Amino acid sequence: MQFLRTLRQTTISARIGMAMVLITLLAAILAPVIAPYEEAEVVADVWLPPGDGHLLGTDQLGRDLFTRMVYGARNTIAIALLITCLAFLVGVVGGLLAATMRGWVDMLLSRIVDVVMAFPALILSLMVLSIMGASIPVLIIVISLLDATKVYRLARALAMDIEVMEFVEAARLSGEGTWWIITKEILPNALPALIAEFGLRFCFIFLFISALSFLGLGIQPPAADWGSMVRDNAGAISFDMMTPLWPAGAIAFLTIGINLVVDWFLHRSAQIRAR
Amino acid sequence: MLRLLEEMLQRGEISRRKFLALSAAIGASIALPMGGPSSAAFAAAPKKGGRLRLGLQGGSTSDSMDPAKFNDVYVQMTSMGFLRNPLVEIDAKGNAIPDLAESWEAQPGAKVWVFNLRKGAEFHNGKSVDADDVIFSIQRHQNPELASQIKTLVQPIKVFKKDGPHRVIFELEGPNADFPYLLADTRAPIVPAGTTDFEDGMGTGGYQLVEYEPGVRAFAKRFPNYYKAGRAHFDEVEVTIMGDVNARTTALKTGQVDVINRPDRKTAHLLDRMKEIQLVNVKGGLLYTFPMLCDTPPFDNNDLRLALKYSVDREDMLKTILRGYGVMGNDHPIAPIVKYSAVDLPQRAYDPDKARFHLKKAGLEGETFRLHTSDAAFAGAVDAALLWQRHAKKAGIQVEVVREPVDGYWDNVWNKKPWSACFWFARVTCDWMFTMAYAAEASANDMHWKHPYFNELLVAARGELDDQKRAKMYGEMQSLVRDEGGVVIPMIANMVDAASTKVKFENPAGNQELDGMRAIERWWFDA
Amino acid sequence: MDSLKKMVVKRLAAGAVTVLVVSILIFVGVEALPGDPATAILGQQATPENLAALRKELKLDMPPHVRYFSWVSDVARGDLGRSLTNQRPVAEMIGWRFSNTLFLALAAATVAVPLAILLGMLAALYRESWLDKLLSISSLSAISFPEFFVGYILIAIFAVKLGILPGVASIHSGMGFGQKLLAIVLPTITLMLVVLAHMMRMTRAAIIGILTSPYIEMAKLKGVGRRRIIYHHAIPNALAPIINVVIMDLAWLVVGVVVVEVVFVYPGLGQLLVDAVSKRDLPVVQASGLIFACTYILLNLTADVLSILTNPKLRTAN
Repeated sequence: MQFLRTLRQTTISARIGMAMVLITLLAAILAPVIAPYEEAEVVADVWLPPGDGHLLGTDQLGRDLFTRMVYGARNTIAIALLITCLAFLVGVVGGLLAATMRGWVDMLLSRIVDVVMAFPALILSLMVLSIMGASIPVLIIVISLLDATKVYRLARALAMDIEVMEFVEAARLSGEGTWWIITKEILPNALPALIAEFGLRFCFIFLFISALSFLGLGIQPPAADWGSMVRDNAGAISFDMMTPLWPAGAIAFLTIGINLVVDWFLHRSAQIRAR
Repeated sequence: MLRLLEEMLQRGEISRRKFLALSAAIGASIALPMGGPSSAAFAAAPKKGGRLRLGLQGGSTSDSMDPAKFNDVYVQMTSMGFLRNPLVEIDAKGNAIPDLAESWEAQPGAKVWVFNLRKGAEFHNGKSVDADDVIFSIQRHQNPELASQIKTLVQPIKVFKKDGPHRVIFELEGPNADFPYLLADTRAPIVPAGTTDFEDGMGTGGYQLVEYEPGVRAFAKRFPNYYKAGRAHFDEVEVTIMGDVNARTTALKTGQVDVINRPDRKTAHLLDRMKEIQLVNVKGGLLYTFPMLCDTPPFDNNDLRLALKYSVDREDMLKTILRGYGVMGNDHPIAPIVKYSAVDLPQRAYDPDKARFHLKKAGLEGETFRLHTSDAAFAGAVDAALLWQRHAKKAGIQVEVVREPVDGYWDNVWNKKPWSACFWFARVTCDWMFTMAYAAEASANDMHWKHPYFNELLVAARGELDDQKRAKMYGEMQSLVRDEGGVVIPMIANMVDAASTKVKFENPAGNQELDGMRAIERWWFDA
Repeated sequence: MDSLKKMVVKRLAAGAVTVLVVSILIFVGVEALPGDPATAILGQQATPENLAALRKELKLDMPPHVRYFSWVSDVARGDLGRSLTNQRPVAEMIGWRFSNTLFLALAAATVAVPLAILLGMLAALYRESWLDKLLSISSLSAISFPEFFVGYILIAIFAVKLGILPGVASIHSGMGFGQKLLAIVLPTITLMLVVLAHMMRMTRAAIIGILTSPYIEMAKLKGVGRRRIIYHHAIPNALAPIINVVIMDLAWLVVGVVVVEVVFVYPGLGQLLVDAVSKRDLPVVQASGLIFACTYILLNLTADVLSILTNPKLRTAN
């Protein structure tokens, strides 16, 4: 009920955003049901125009583009979501620990983060991926650790701000342990900002994976993913074919959708806080 | 933005229908003969002048100008009459013709070779070329500390003898009727004796290096004292390294460059249809191979190897991976453009029944075979493996495609994993190809294939000066590799480059890309 | 001001330690890569004997720690060494490319920074107006397209269709300044779109954050004029976060542009680093890694110093 009430209060742009995210998620979840062909099945000639049993035409190997799009949604979103969750798990736990325990824990974690951040993320991941091979587990671990540094910084800064507030001080004086303070006092207060960051971080990770795929080290074929689909079909643009516009549009579609929702969420939580 | 998309959609629609009509035509005719552009070129005599701008893949920031280290395309091109010259040139028909050497002859037995140098040829610094430069340039590759790419090639030269300023005598370990061909290699250009720093590109070539930034750009001006008449027609040459295929295509289409190599085969036919662009599609010898290690189970079983050879649909590979720009392979490495190629051997075809038969004979039914591949092996190697997987399935053969990282592929996968993907440029002679990769002791024998009779024939054919006898021996060897060897060669790619129609040429060679890598020296502008 | 100086010195020292750690990590990382420069250089042509010879020539037969310390002592003397693959001086290879990278970053920043701040302020001041909404949607779309795709679209339109701008930005020393500027128009626009949108959104958020803060509300209640609130309170207080964003985006322009370099064939530092990693060319990887790390650390420090200097509260505290 609470949920429905909140939904009714949303702005138009937030509703559009939610619809966009929902459509993509549905496509991802139902991929095997809605896709007319197998993920990597070569079904026709290359680069057919839309129509004739191929809703969006075919790709550079003669695979059905629509099929590739929905499977691409599945692969890309699943991986990006997993990476974002891992990054948040590591980053938030680290950041909160550093902020509440201070001392050498803070010192050590912050130095490690500094070192990692001093090296450009894209190039660092290129290096690691070429050492370990561009497999999906490696991809997930590398990017989530890289992004955990950014989450760490935010979580630490948020917790530092909250940590000096009176109610935390009061809890400490009444003898509550660190873990209690983190979970009962700091986390709930930092949550709105973290949730908003989660949405944005997901978008960044999403675009980052596309960039890696573009450089040939992201998700590996024959698995479909939007970034590689853009790259593999990019040559078609200058020959007046719009094949790569579909996956690129899909990337933008989801990113915009999430941003609209996040914008609304931030606005709303700011209002709640103001009240 | 929306309007723009709509507009692009509209334009896309139109040209895609056109494209469809054309792709049907191309699918029908495999390997277009070198028609239009060159026949027009026959009429006009080469004109001088202009600045040729090339956009090439195959250059890296780590390129060295030391010929012993040449690996990438750009640096190899510098040896082919651009900045430097070897002693021997290979013409479009695959014959050895004079370059810095004016003539040569073998003494009976083909163990001693006498090379007469061209008089009056000079380096860009004004020094004239003599026997000392030749001996220095070739002999240095034998130095183990140099780690030259062609060490094994020049190793059989036992004695270098200077006979006057313009004659060099090479004494070989054993007879070799094809010796002159070896001296046409891109790593064997002649440089001034005693050179230690090669970065200035000093040589005898048609152009003199003015500016060079490895992996980025080279700019050269015509060398006024070039010794070859009727070559090096441009005033200036500018090479820009462009790794991204879309960037190269754009540069050609917008007139930022005049020539590019390796256009995207997927869009090559579209490029060809543009008025101001011509495709240089030459029947060639880029072999796409899948070696199996013959000393590692289960690939030590020839019946399994035969089963796999029958399990690939070569026509489908040719159509999908090469887009028709190539020919089907026949599981031996001598491309049809090479002398003594056994073109009369029956073409091996896709035959699921025979594949099933041999698999059963090998007793390996139900096994899964892992094919290690990567696009490092050749563009489309992963796609080719995935296609093969589908073909083999119809013959009841389970193939698992293992995608290996591009980086480190040659080090960790090729010649190490029992079944992998690889590419070879067809060498200009049978002997070269076989000695390099099929002889029992060759380090690049990526099949670990040791066939005593084949090796006997190899040595015998090398010393044989009678043409007919040689042809017979090489024919037998190709048939041995085809039926007992450890490699599946499903397709042989053409050399495909693209150029502005202003650029003219005559009968481009197919042994290497860009007219045997001699486009800069051989081509010219019409206007 | 003393505490500021102390802070700078402390941060520089910490930065130096970070750089050292980065260099060790790079060294270990490159050592851990499968294969070595010898196998990478020889590729398919590698044989056991020429591999051994090349390793000896490149001094790869020495133990790793010996090589690392000899590299450190060389760098300490200001010698970045020579490339393992073509024996060119690393300083020379990198210097030229780094200046190219800076040139492109500067071009993008020159246009993007003032524009982003101006638009961000307008959007914040006229919040919820049609202008704000328009800017918000267009900046959102700009961030949401992958940059390589934006690059390809720009090439397709301006180079292929209209033919008014070069699609390949391979600049070189033989070009005049005007020619160079023309060549980098498309990559600059690509980069600009990304940072412009990001900076604008952050500027808007920062100013709105201040405008809705309690003390501004208080000032409004006290009857302070709108103009005065904006110029005397909102902008000075929003300056610190804006500077922070601008500087972090500058850092990204320097270190994060490999993709744009590939699309436009631009000879920058990123491409060199990627090539060097694939050839295991340690001196080059090390040197470029150091440049990236120093850029990041120095820009970070600059951001902190500037935000202290521009923040009225912190300034008076000092």
